[in-house]
Amino acid sequence: MKRSPTAAPTRRRFLAVAGGVALAPLFVRSARATPATMAAAIREVVGEAPVREGKVTLELPPLVENGNAVPMTVTVESPMTAAEHVKRIHVFNEKNPQPYIATFHLGPRAGKAKISTRVRLADSQKVVAIAELSDGSFWSASADMIVTLAACVEETP
Amino acid sequence: MTQALVNVPAKAKRGEAIEIKTLISHPMETGYRHDTNGQPIPRDIIHTFVARYNGEEVFRADLHPAIAANPFITFFTVATESGVIELTWTQDHRDPVTQTANITVE
Amino acid sequence: MTSVVICFLISTSFAAEIPQDERRSGTAFMTRETQAMQEDDRANPGMLAVLDGEALWKDAPPGAKACAGCHGEAATSMKGVAARYPTFDEARGRPIDLEQRINLCRTEHQHAPAFTWETRELNAITAYVANQSRGMPITAGTDERSRPFVEAGRALFNKRQGQLDLSCAQCHDDNWGKRLAGSVIPQAHPTGYPEYRLEWQSTGSLQRRLRSCVFGVRAEPLGYGAPEQVDLELYLMWRARGMPLETPAVRP
Ligand code: HEC
Ligand code: HEC
Repeated sequence: MKRSPTAAPTRRRFLAVAGGVALAPLFVRSARATPATMAAAIREVVGEAPVREGKVTLELPPLVENGNAVPMTVTVESPMTAAEHVKRIHVFNEKNPQPYIATFHLGPRAGKAKISTRVRLADSQKVVAIAELSDGSFWSASADMIVTLAACVEETP
Repeated sequence: MTQALVNVPAKAKRGEAIEIKTLISHPMETGYRHDTNGQPIPRDIIHTFVARYNGEEVFRADLHPAIAANPFITFFTVATESGVIELTWTQDHRDPVTQTANITVE
Repeated sequence: MTSVVICFLISTSFAAEIPQDERRSGTAFMTRETQAMQEDDRANPGMLAVLDGEALWKDAPPGAKACAGCHGEAATSMKGVAARYPTFDEARGRPIDLEQRINLCRTEHQHAPAFTWETRELNAITAYVANQSRGMPITAGTDERSRPFVEAGRALFNKRQGQLDLSCAQCHDDNWGKRLAGSVIPQAHPTGYPEYRLEWQSTGSLQRRLRSCVFGVRAEPLGYGAPEQVDLELYLMWRARGMPLETPAVRP
């Protein structure tokens, strides 16, 4: 007989699996970045300049199976010419132990302002990407993501 | 042994923006973990990645512990002339790792 | 360490095997992003282990031949091999898995020390050998001599164990497709081992995965290389017979 997971079993019981699921202790330090430390880190990079929303696309999956390697792509609208290009892309997060993720240095020789990497996100949180353009302006995009937890974890990290 | 997997198109048209994909084996130990005896595990990460095209720097990334183990980085560069693309990963406690790829530009 | 309490709906009725046409690789249960990571060899971090294994294949231990020295091109000599493992071994009178077979070559043919379980070396050389069978249908356990060991593995799979009193089958035969905390319960087909697990942040063996699943039900995990462990691997491979190998798979 077929027993697909949706077929109603004859008897059911609820099982509370306490502590059966744990997040690998990647970041076991109580001191964590906060939205405030992230804001401070961003200020350090942009100074007094305003950061406008736009031009930047930050792709992160909205729901992630494991925060250890989350695919991330940042694209910035720019002709990428000597006169008008993206100089740097800075990426920050709210809840890892440090607010910094990475800084990518580009220039007219990139041809296209698009980078991809994989990031660690200790918890469900906001990620912010800021593009620094050759005219000195800053543009940003942010993404919220939810990290789910793995089920079969091990006795030792 | 450190292994790096680099993908650079062997051929490209002059002026074309080509995508370079890189993957390298590295634990990217955050410095925020403890071993089973409660001792802190020291940070051991690749902190800088640089791409040079015929000797000139065309891309650089400053990396923090929030970059996943076995870092994967992709970026674009304009195919200007035939030659060598040199990729260097600089890490905390050991020598930098360098890998090169040849490109023919038509 | 963050711990959460979850509620999980379990059917207490008897486990029934998944019909052949409903079987799905673990790949099918992953997000599109994780699938993409596996599909592109230039992005799949498991390929770093394969590359590492290729170097080991050509590397001769002192005073001995390299794997390549006896087996030549792995693309030819190792093609289809992993799809047959664990396989019955005459000398031992029982099945051995691919890691054990490779270590027999280390000790008997290379007179070198066996690679320790779960080391970079053993996972890399195994991943390299298994990668040569990518896309080929699994045939392990289909011969007469393997049958009693397949049955022993099946019994383990159906046995309730641990503080949670759960069998593997209750999750993987009866409740696959449901969510357990954040994860979708897959059907537990071992199609992509050694695999790169995001949770491990490295490439690991099927035995490591089985140990973590046993630990998950709060039971005592079996030792690496224990006969029961190999029986369980054999049963899982037989249960996945005909499905294509995917090594190196990427899993959450
Ligand atoms: C001195 C020759 C020699 C060397 C070196 C050697 N092998 Fe073997 N290998 C054999 C022989 C012979 C067999 C057949 C089984 C037997 O008689 O042991 C075999 C069998 C195998 C098999 C099983 C093939 C099948 O069809 O089931 C695998 C896998 C294998 N070897 C992998 C390796 C790897 C990996 C290495 C290097 C770590 C290696 N071998 C080194 C001689 C060698
Ligand atoms: C409480 C439910 C549960 C039980 C009991 C359980 N597993 Fe799992 N198993 C899971 C979940 C959920 C996953 C996948 C999620 C993850 O990666 O953590 C998984 C993953 C697996 C995989 C990986 C499949 C792949 O695609 O690579 C195998 C193999 C496996 N389990 C075997 C077993 C075996 C053997 C047992 C019994 C010893 C067992 N499981 C017991 C829930 C369970």
